[in-house]
Amino acid sequence: MPNASSLPEPLLKVRGLTAGYDAGPVLFGIDLEVAPAELIALVGANGAGKSTLLGVLSGLVRATSGTVSLGGRDVTNARPEVHVRNGVAHVPQGRRLFGTMSVERNLILGAYLRHDREVRDDLTRVLGYFPALKDKLSRDAGTLSGGEQQMVAIGRGMMARPKLLMVDELSLGLAPNVVERLIDVVQQINRDGTALLLVEQDVLVALDAADRAYVLENGRVALSGPAAEVRDDPGVRKAYLGL
Amino acid sequence: MSAAATPAQLELRGVTKRFGGVAAVDGVTFEIAKGDIVGIIGPNGAGKTTLLNCISGVFHLDGGDIKLNGSSIAGMAPHRVARLGIGRTFQIVKPFGSMTARENVGIGALFGSAQARRGVKQAFALADEVLALVGLKAKADQPVSALTIPDRKRLEVARAVATRPQLLLLDEVMAGLNNVEIDEALEMVRSVHATGVTVLLIEHVMRVIVGVCRRAIVLDSGQVLAQGEPEVVLRDERVIQAYLGERYAKRLKSS
Repeated sequence: MPNASSLPEPLLKVRGLTAGYDAGPVLFGIDLEVAPAELIALVGANGAGKSTLLGVLSGLVRATSGTVSLGGRDVTNARPEVHVRNGVAHVPQGRRLFGTMSVERNLILGAYLRHDREVRDDLTRVLGYFPALKDKLSRDAGTLSGGEQQMVAIGRGMMARPKLLMVDELSLGLAPNVVERLIDVVQQINRDGTALLLVEQDVLVALDAADRAYVLENGRVALSGPAAEVRDDPGVRKAYLGL
Repeated sequence: MSAAATPAQLELRGVTKRFGGVAAVDGVTFEIAKGDIVGIIGPNGAGKTTLLNCISGVFHLDGGDIKLNGSSIAGMAPHRVARLGIGRTFQIVKPFGSMTARENVGIGALFGSAQARRGVKQAFALADEVLALVGLKAKADQPVSALTIPDRKRLEVARAVATRPQLLLLDEVMAGLNNVEIDEALEMVRSVHATGVTVLLIEHVMRVIVGVCRRAIVLDSGQVLAQGEPEVVLRDERVIQAYLGERYAKRLKSS
């Protein structure tokens, strides 16, 4: 490597990213990095730009300037399917399952772009993370409880064999003990080698689980660092934890 | 407790609702006094929203009875239940996206209770009052599409409040808000409650239950698992097992 730095090349590297919608820009010059197998929490108020950032990283929202690189390759404004092939899976807010299709088909659809012979093995692996889904494979996804639907959504993301899994609002509408279990699984997925970008309104839950955290405010990174430091930051405690 | 006491504002007796062979709500009995503020909690799939749908007339009961001020409302169509004074919000908000906040709330005011039919002008005056109450006064003329998520939740509450309910059912209006946004939303609920409206709310966020509720009812598998003061209910070992989880319970205790 020509770089003198001893740090490994980050898996994901975002530099000066600006993006938005017809109504106006939402993100203003975001810098962010995710190392391989790192667990990153992305926190901030509603409207701060968290979901928009995930949208840019999965190709659903166009960057107007700045760069996104994955594994050293520039992937700025690549199409969504290219991002998925490159190893980025997006578990959207509200889960967005195909409600009238079976749990199994929803999961298999996560491997839509794959043509290898290991899709079935990966289904077994995903069910290892979510054993509760094993006897519900033939049920319509829409008939599952909210927690089970979130399992399917995360499982569907894993079926793409991502290097980076992005989960938007894991805890939305879920019972506390279900959130606890899902966080355990997400941490296990992370320990097994998948990097994670976790957007979460329950800021304390996210910061407890993460290695590092980024705080977005009005489309800018207001603070970043080790999750424990961010959790103890007086501004964060006041503005997000309500302590 | 005297037998001659005024009846509870809302009274559920053995309320049961089945889907196929599954009893989503299974013999639920409780009362809510006028002016109370009560939280319903419980695992996903416990039947909380189904119960709200039973109360608001979306579902017909398969058993039991629901009374408002002593008269049965079981089997009534949702619009009639609403006109009798039960307002509600929905988990997935569906405002009229191309209309302003004021227009959305005005529709609620126009619908209102039968005794208080309003003209358009009066309805909009009421809408302004309600928008001020929920903290959306400054955004009255904005199209709904320009509102942030917390503001859309406020709008959802405002639409229901504008029907002038005596009892307001709130279905997870704080989901997706962070702690500070929740504290702001709690202020809104307190303001609405202070106007004399009884509140029954569903939430998974214990900050809400502890923050405003005088009583909590825990549903599990369609049945009442526990009820009482939030501080007591949230320490109940059965509730921790079925719903809160050990870590969360610990955190709750330490905060």
